[in-house]
This record gives sequence, C-alpha cells and structure tokens, in this order.
Amino acid sequence: MLLRADVRLRLGALDLAVEVEVGDGEVVALLGPNGAGKTTVLRAVAGLQPIDEGRITVGDTVLDDPDAGVLVAPADRPVALVFQDYLLFPRRSVVDNVAFGLRARGAGRAEARAAAAGWLDRVGLASLAGARPGTLSGGQAQRVALARALATEPLVLLLDEPLAALDARARVHVRAELRRHLRTFAGARLLVTHDPVDALVLADRLVIVESGRVTQQGTTAEVARRPRSTYVAELVGVNLLTGTASGDHAVRLGSGAELVVADPVPGPEVAVAVRPRAVSIHRHRPEGSARNAWQAHVVDLEADRDRVRVQLGGPLAIVAEVTPQAVAELDLVTGVSVWASVKAVDLAVYER
Amino acid sequence: MSERGATTRYAERRRRGGARPPWGLVPLAGLALAFLVVPFVALLQRAPWSSLGQRIGDPMVTDALRLSLVSAFAATAISLVVGIPLAWLLARADIPGRSLLRAVVILPMVLPPVVGGAALLFAFGRRGLLGGPVYDGSGFLLPFSIWGVIAANTFVAMPFLVVTVEAGLRSADRRYEDAAATLGAGRWTVFRRVTLPMVAPSVVAGAVLCWARALGEFGATVTFAGNLAGRTQTMPLAVFLALESDRDAAIALSLVLIAVSLAVLVPLRDRWLAA
Repeated sequence: MLLRADVRLRLGALDLAVEVEVGDGEVVALLGPNGAGKTTVLRAVAGLQPIDEGRITVGDTVLDDPDAGVLVAPADRPVALVFQDYLLFPRRSVVDNVAFGLRARGAGRAEARAAAAGWLDRVGLASLAGARPGTLSGGQAQRVALARALATEPLVLLLDEPLAALDARARVHVRAELRRHLRTFAGARLLVTHDPVDALVLADRLVIVESGRVTQQGTTAEVARRPRSTYVAELVGVNLLTGTASGDHAVRLGSGAELVVADPVPGPEVAVAVRPRAVSIHRHRPEGSARNAWQAHVVDLEADRDRVRVQLGGPLAIVAEVTPQAVAELDLVTGVSVWASVKAVDLAVYER
Repeated sequence: MSERGATTRYAERRRRGGARPPWGLVPLAGLALAFLVVPFVALLQRAPWSSLGQRIGDPMVTDALRLSLVSAFAATAISLVVGIPLAWLLARADIPGRSLLRAVVILPMVLPPVVGGAALLFAFGRRGLLGGPVYDGSGFLLPFSIWGVIAANTFVAMPFLVVTVEAGLRSADRRYEDAAATLGAGRWTVFRRVTLPMVAPSVVAGAVLCWARALGEFGATVTFAGNLAGRTQTMPLAVFLALESDRDAAIALSLVLIAVSLAVLVPLRDRWLAA
C-alpha cells in the first residue's frame, strides 16, 4: 500500500479514528454522511490537521507520527489536495494558478508556465490559460484545480467532494471526465464524497465512514450487495434487516418475524439485504413460489421516475418498489392493507 | 408624455437595482453631509483669493508642506514595514495575552496625542529611557528634528494600519493559504504570494487611514518635535500658529492641505476601495 493513514484525533465534537490504505494506482472513496469526519481525514493526510494518535505514511516516508515526534509540513509532503470549492487563487490567471506549485517549489516563471500550459492541455483547457478563475464554469474550475494539484506530481492525490460544487447537469459530464483523468494519474487517489453515485463511478474501493468510524469497506460491488449499516443500505437503495439465525435457512428478526433464505445462514448474528424491486405487493395472500409472505399496510408512497417506492409497515418495515401500473391496479393508498412477499433467493444473508 | 416619463423612471429604477434608500435615511444622511461640508464652505468663503497665489508660494508654506508630506509618507512606509507583521501576529499567531497586546496597540488611537508626545519624550528624549543611552553614546537626538516628526506621526498613525490589516486578515479565507501550503509553498511564500495579495485592499485602506492621520497630526508632533519653522513645523502646526497672527495665511495653508489630501485620497479610493 502506498498510502497508509491511521488517523485518530478529537476536534470539537468529532471523535475520529479511521484507518485507510490506498495502493499505487488505486482509487478509494471515503463515503459517509456530512460531519462524519471524512474531510478531516484528508486534511490530516495533507498535513493541515495534525493527528493526536496513529501514523500516516506514504511509501516508506513517515509524514505524521505523534509517538515518534514526526510531523512533516504540508509543503513538504508528496501529497496534493483538490478542495471542495477548488480555491483557485482569484487574482491569478488560470495558467498561473496551475504554475503556482511549481513556482513555490523553486521553478522559474517561464519554466513553470510552460509546464502548467502542458497540464492545462491535458485537461482540455489550453485555450483558457489567460482567463481569470472567476470567469470559469464549475466544471472548468474543477479541471483547473485538478491540473494545479497534478502539476506538483504528487504520489498521493486527495479530492474533497470533487463534484459537490457543481449543479446536477454539469455533474454527470464532469464525473465522467474526472473518472478519465483519475485513471491517467498513477499514484494513490483518495476521494471524499457523500454521494454514492460519485463513489461508485469514481472509486475502485469504498470506505464507509460514519460518526468518525469506518463501518464498512470493500469493493463497490461488495458494499452494494452486503450493506452493514442502515446508512449504507439507504445509500445503495436496499432494505437492511437484522436478526439471528433460527435454522439453517431461517432468520428471526427483531420484530419476531421469520424469513426463509436460500443460502445457508452463516452465523448467529446476521443481516439480510433485500432490494426494493424484489418485494412484491398483493391485494390477497399470494400463491406460488414466494416463501416469505406477510400482511402489511402502506405507510407512504413516493414516485421516483418510472417507479413508485412504497413504504410498508407491519412486522417488517421495508420499502418495495413497484410500477405506477401496479399502484393503480392494486389501488394502493396510504393506510390500505396488503400482502407483501419476497422470494428466498432474493434475500442476501451475511454475518453482521 | 407623462406615461413616457414614468417609463423612463421605471427603466432608471431597474438599472439602478436595489440602490434606492429607505425614505427615513435621506434627511439624516443630508444632515450628516451638511455638517461635514458647511465648515469647508465657510473656509472657502473666507479665503483671501486675491493674495492666495503669493501666500502659497511663501517659503514658510512650502517648507511646512514638504515636511508634512515627507513625514506622512515616511510614517506610512514605516507602518507598512513593521505594522503588517504586527497585524499578522495579532490575527494569526498563538501568543499569550493577545487581547492585552491588542489594547496596547490601540492605545495611541484613544490617547490624547499630547500624552503620546510626552510619552515619546520620556522614551526617546535626551534623558529618556532609550534616548538617554543613545544620546550619551552617539550624540543622536530624536526629538526636535524631522526624525522626531516622523516618530510622532508613526506612533499616532500606525495603529490605524494595524487595526485595519488585522481585520482584513481575520476575515480572509484561510483555506487559500491551506491550498498554497499543499501545493508546496512554505510559510514565507504563503504569506508573500497568497496572504498579502488577499488582504491588499485592507492594506491600502489601512495605509490611507494611516497617511491621513499622520498628515493631520498635531499634538504628539508639537510635544515631541516642537514647532521649529523649516525643521519640525508641519502644516497643522503652521496653521495653528498662523491662526493667532495672520488669519488669511491660516486659511491659505488649510486650503493647500485640503487640496493635497483630496489629490492623494480620491484616486486611491477609486482604484482600491471601490465597491
């Protein structure tokens, strides 16, 4: 692993203890709700926030180790940080912004500008070299900030909410661009986001941070399949139920309801994830292959593009996703009693 | 016709946006303006226009003007060189007793300048705390020389610069400094290439206040540097002296002072302090 960060510190109400490792060429996303401490981890790696305990290393170089009395200044770290709102120097031209790091490291003006122009070209903004940051669009500013960070040729690139400052339309486009640029950079890349789509598109691996702690990590596919917290389950849009094993293929939930699962139950304490689309709603008790059926009532209905999300109450608080047609045919309104069912094969069961 | 007039007023209103003041403010603002302007009108009305050119050419006037300008600019320059670092320390450094330090810095602003001048004498006079040893060693004496005028001006005017720049530093977005640091800029480079450009408007505003205060300085100067024509007699001192003997000369001096102030302040305001 190129970057190893064991960040432990207290800052106001935040009690942070997060361990992250990023390999050479890997993109890792710190994903979590606002205030979880994600940005503080980045600031610690960049050297803007000294840690109380733990250790931060890049390769064999120790950057911060309170026990050993080592604290490398931000300027001397092989680390670059792209800030959330980019923080382009407003009184400098675009090319001088990109050249700033090279100038600060002792390059001459002409030399630094030439190199900066090269980086601008790489992000497709050569024509805007003389522009002022205030005249750029959000997407352009983001690319300039990226070029400015990459121009110092860091081993570790940190990105704090790289897409948060953009409006929804620009986001889709810039996200794809950023993905492409991130792939061309060789070092370790660690990004912070609260948007699961950004994380899924940009990162190879996710580290979920909630209230200053890592609650889950793994490849995006793993995390999406087996969420370990309600937060992640909601993020990836699945229902998360927790319970205990009550048979080789049965799980008893906290509410007392029992679910039959296709896979063997792996341990005593388990979680069950089910996609909203796998939950069927019926007016009458269903017949057929569904092994799990229960009576429920409709708590709320919410249209989401071409689907309708139905919040069900009863023994299982769960969200089902059905078509608007089904809503009409079943005459679903708030408060109505229905039957819900889910097939055993649609329940992912894993240890908590 | 009247409809057209209304349309024009409407267009004018649109063009100016939200700049229309609440009605209650207008008479009060007018009152403030009148209070500030009427004395100058009175001064102009009493001006000896026929002999003005000759009076302004008087060596007493030109000497006083030169001394005033030199000492005001020198005091501003000194304040910039040492006052900006002091402002930075007050705004940023983790120093004990910071609020006490800030109070000390503001003291010359609230103290009667005469008291400041006396304090300067006790410090830098012939038998002063620092002035004594220096005089015994080298024969150099700060008071009653142009250096004394500059010292008195700096003492009274520098706090204006420090306070203004400190406020600028406090309201500046420090994350730009963080950004510069992560790009490899050391502390000095960050200060010089990011912090200073960021607070440039505050520095200019502070320098203007400092210069204006130094130009008008009277009490500390007369106490510490005396009122020696051609050596330590600045414009305000000359005006004060002339008021006793030759009222027309005093008015002529005042007009020169006003003209010089406007000539320096108006372009600076437009260049740096425009909204």
